Amino acid sequence: MIAFVLLHFIAATVAPALTPRFDRRVYALLALVPAITFIWLVPKVVATFDGENHLESIEWLPGLGLNLDFALNPLSGILALLVTSIGALVLLYCTWYFRPGDTEIWRFSAVLTAFAGSMLGLVLADNIYLLFVFWELTTILSYLLIGHNPERRANRLAAMNALLVTTFGGLAMFVGLIILHAQTGETTLSGIMASPPTGSTLATSAIMLVVVGAISKSALLPFHFWLPGAMAAPTPVSAYLHAAAMVKAGVYLIALLAPVFAETPGWRPLLVALGLGTMILGGLRALRQYDVKLLLAYGTVSQLGFLIAIVGLGTRSAAFAGLAMLCAHALFKSALFLIVGIIDRSVGTRDLRELSGLRSQRPTLFVATVAATASMAGIPPLFGFTAKEAVFAAFLDIGQDLGWNGWATVAVIGVSSGAVLTIAYSARFVWGIFGNKPGVDACRPREFSVLFKAVPVVLAFASIVAGFMGKQLTSAFAVYAEQFPGGAHEPSLSLWHGFTPALGLTAICLVLGIALFVWRRPVAGIQHILVDNLPFPDAERGYQATLRALDRLAIEVTGRTQRGSLPVYLGIVVLTVAAVPGSAMIRAWGVPDVYLGDNWLQLAAATVMIVAAILTVRSRRRLRAVLLVGVTGYGMAILFTAHGAPDLALTQVLIETFLLVTFVLVMRRLPPFFSDRPFNIARWVRVAIGTATGIVVAGFGIVATNARIFEPISKDWPGPAKSYGGGDNIVNVALVDIRAWDTIGELSVLVVAATGIASLIFLITDRSGIQKRPHRVVTPDSNAWLAANLHDHRRSLVFEIVARVIFHAVVLFSIYLMLSGHNSPGGGFAGGLIAGLALMIRYLAGGREELDNAAPIDAGLVLGLGLSVAAFSAIIPSFLGGDVLQSATIDIPIPLLGDLHLVTSVFFDIGVYLVVIGVALDVLRSLGSGIDEQIEAEEEAVNA
Amino acid sequence: MSTNLALLVVSAVLVGAGVTLILERSLTRILVGFVLAGNGLNALFLVVSGPAGEAPILGLNDGTIADPLPQAMVLTAIVITLGTTAFGLALAYRSWQLTGTDDVQDDLEDDMIRRRALRDEVSSTYEEDANQLPDEDGYDEPAPAPFEDGDQ
Repeated sequence: MIAFVLLHFIAATVAPALTPRFDRRVYALLALVPAITFIWLVPKVVATFDGENHLESIEWLPGLGLNLDFALNPLSGILALLVTSIGALVLLYCTWYFRPGDTEIWRFSAVLTAFAGSMLGLVLADNIYLLFVFWELTTILSYLLIGHNPERRANRLAAMNALLVTTFGGLAMFVGLIILHAQTGETTLSGIMASPPTGSTLATSAIMLVVVGAISKSALLPFHFWLPGAMAAPTPVSAYLHAAAMVKAGVYLIALLAPVFAETPGWRPLLVALGLGTMILGGLRALRQYDVKLLLAYGTVSQLGFLIAIVGLGTRSAAFAGLAMLCAHALFKSALFLIVGIIDRSVGTRDLRELSGLRSQRPTLFVATVAATASMAGIPPLFGFTAKEAVFAAFLDIGQDLGWNGWATVAVIGVSSGAVLTIAYSARFVWGIFGNKPGVDACRPREFSVLFKAVPVVLAFASIVAGFMGKQLTSAFAVYAEQFPGGAHEPSLSLWHGFTPALGLTAICLVLGIALFVWRRPVAGIQHILVDNLPFPDAERGYQATLRALDRLAIEVTGRTQRGSLPVYLGIVVLTVAAVPGSAMIRAWGVPDVYLGDNWLQLAAATVMIVAAILTVRSRRRLRAVLLVGVTGYGMAILFTAHGAPDLALTQVLIETFLLVTFVLVMRRLPPFFSDRPFNIARWVRVAIGTATGIVVAGFGIVATNARIFEPISKDWPGPAKSYGGGDNIVNVALVDIRAWDTIGELSVLVVAATGIASLIFLITDRSGIQKRPHRVVTPDSNAWLAANLHDHRRSLVFEIVARVIFHAVVLFSIYLMLSGHNSPGGGFAGGLIAGLALMIRYLAGGREELDNAAPIDAGLVLGLGLSVAAFSAIIPSFLGGDVLQSATIDIPIPLLGDLHLVTSVFFDIGVYLVVIGVALDVLRSLGSGIDEQIEAEEEAVNA
Repeated sequence: MSTNLALLVVSAVLVGAGVTLILERSLTRILVGFVLAGNGLNALFLVVSGPAGEAPILGLNDGTIADPLPQAMVLTAIVITLGTTAFGLALAYRSWQLTGTDDVQDDLEDDMIRRRALRDEVSSTYEEDANQLPDEDGYDEPAPAPFEDGDQ
């Protein structure tokens, strides 16, 4: 079962790949998937009628009760047979419906197949959350199918309406399902049905929320308007989704819950009233349509109301009749839609005022149409007739079955009126397509393959055959109905029950319906007058007004709050930080317990840094601001040293140096002074916000330190650092072992930032095209120490010599630092930064050619290599039976030299080292070489 | 646990000065402020991490070591600062290249939304009811091309 659902999605995935080869024949190929599923299902479903329900389950997230539970029972089995059989036939039909070479086939075929899989999953799912997932999948795929042609605004709107309305219902249903889960502790439908929540208000609301989901999906009042709009979809979609399958999901859900929940207060009156109301409204609207597809769409709305009313009634005979009617409707309605598709394709119009003379030219299609329509109208000897007889019988029994008195009569009158309208619009449909209209020229339909009409003919034929199979079908449908207590009469499907009240009702309806059709002009006139003059509430207009109001609200809120000013946004963020946690801080305030400092070094550095920070704010020259902030950075290094953090001090010094040079590389291009601003209020506001933030930060520091009562967690680190991490330097072991996940995230940030820098400078999105491949430059002047093409006056002999001489030593030292970092200060970060600084010296001494000579490799390659090395060294332990990022110690005996002590996390550190070098290289290439080139280009342009 | 006042004042002043600069419009100042505030927050880590001690390296000390956990966090923060600041510098340079200044301007799109709100209009992507029937074929007529100079 699960495999077959999966097969649909696999087929959907490969469909686009098959399309170029098979073109529209891909549909026939895809039709095999539901067809095979159907064949597999038949014996299983027959077995369920003998009580052998087929269950499959795969644990997914058992902690949340979210498992892949599938169940085949008599109800879901019958639905699954409908979904797969009609799915296969519709896909087959698409083979001729679409024009050869249609460029959208790859997408449409994939989406339609995925839809068939989702629909199958929906009816087979036994887990409420799984049901919801498939439910929403059908919604989303339906959106894609309705919006198949987004060139028309009307189509886009129709798709959006369908999406919003059914998702709204879906979310309501989801909330209801969650409440049911919470109330019963069960997540399977069968479990909830076995121990339903008792009649609390909460349980009732939960059921009602689920009902909202069902009626929105099945397009009942007041959600009915999305379905006619959905006719924007290609006709096969209308036949499958919007007649046979998806809209039946709501009916299915009601039918599924009815055996237990029909007694919920409000269930019966709500569903019967909404159902019959929808039935009558849809029928009336259908009578006013000229587009035969829209006529069918409103007919479907009407029939869905009919189905919900009967299924929601919740008696044995009603459940039986509802299931029969559901099957009958699926057969005749899909046949009729497919016939409309053929007419549309061969004549080029669906307007019944233009269709004429088709009866003699398309006799087979005419017979099929008459058969399917007669089934829709409930005329013997068709399936629709036997099903509708059963419905009438069920409605006539409700006085006895449910003890309704006056309301029983109202319901019977309601359902009969609906039936009268159904007969009238059925007649209008046949007349509309095949009637010869006076004054209209006979259409000249295009010829199509005989097979094109085979599918609707088969479906129409099924409606006839099923009419004669009352006995067999009775035993199939009765299994589901037996969940309800027995009623006044035992239901059955038969062409002849004797002269029953139901038969009388059918006869009356037939006469009235034909009368409505014959006098269609006066009827239409009366409808017009009524609709135009009576203030009917219009659900669609209300919906549109709501959407518009939402949009306006969004504009007003955005317009008021989103001013587009960065300083304002940041100011609000900072003030919120100061105000909200700040007020919590004030509440926690106690007598501060402070001491001046740990040592004199700390105090001296602190004083210098404070002065430098204040001067930074005051400086108007860019370079001065940068240098002063550098002072605070080196000050930090001293503070780190004084605190007992040699690794931090080392890294801070290296970073500060690198950053300072980077700043200068960019600042050389920017104006030396900041843009002049008058000494105004805004400046004081900034200073005030800054001061407030500083004060709040100080407060946090005092409260946090004074509140500390527990020993730090890292108290226990030294032992494991050695025994598990295999290193003496606890901070570095933490980076590559204990907190290695954090480091992986950090490496990713670095790679992204470096790539961003290169993209901003070189402005080409395709990374491979950004830079010329770096290559060694051969200097013409063999006496030069470096490959520089610099002007002589910018060269410094001493600097060049020093750069060349120390470069290799520095790189070696960086590698040593990286490897020794496990036991002494150093590590991948420090090592990488030193190597980066070595490259920087080469660049500064000899320009970009020299940089290319020093590192004839693309920065992106180094970054990617580093990240891969780190990722691999993280993952590999999990393949060896350990945890991700677990490290191990290996001792490799080397003759004469003793054992080489190797901790595997050193590979992770190599990754870190490479990423940092990559960042350095990218920064130098972009902000150094890149800007150089731009300057040179500008100079050349000026000189030329 | 008592508080190290010297480090606390450093952190407060650096963060305060940094925030003041971050609220400016010049990207260079914002970046300088960003680095400044970052240094201040790293100092705050030292404040809350407890008293100074020996380097947390086994075998190199015999006394109490400084807490290694905040050190690992700060190390991460320092390196990230390098990446983000360099990225910000590239942004500043690009801004200067395009506009001749590194000042951050107000967002034009936001201003357009504000004007729509003032005129009581719907959003630009809102589609009013089409007043036509949906259909699987065909397309809407494109809007008429604007009149161009030179057309007769």
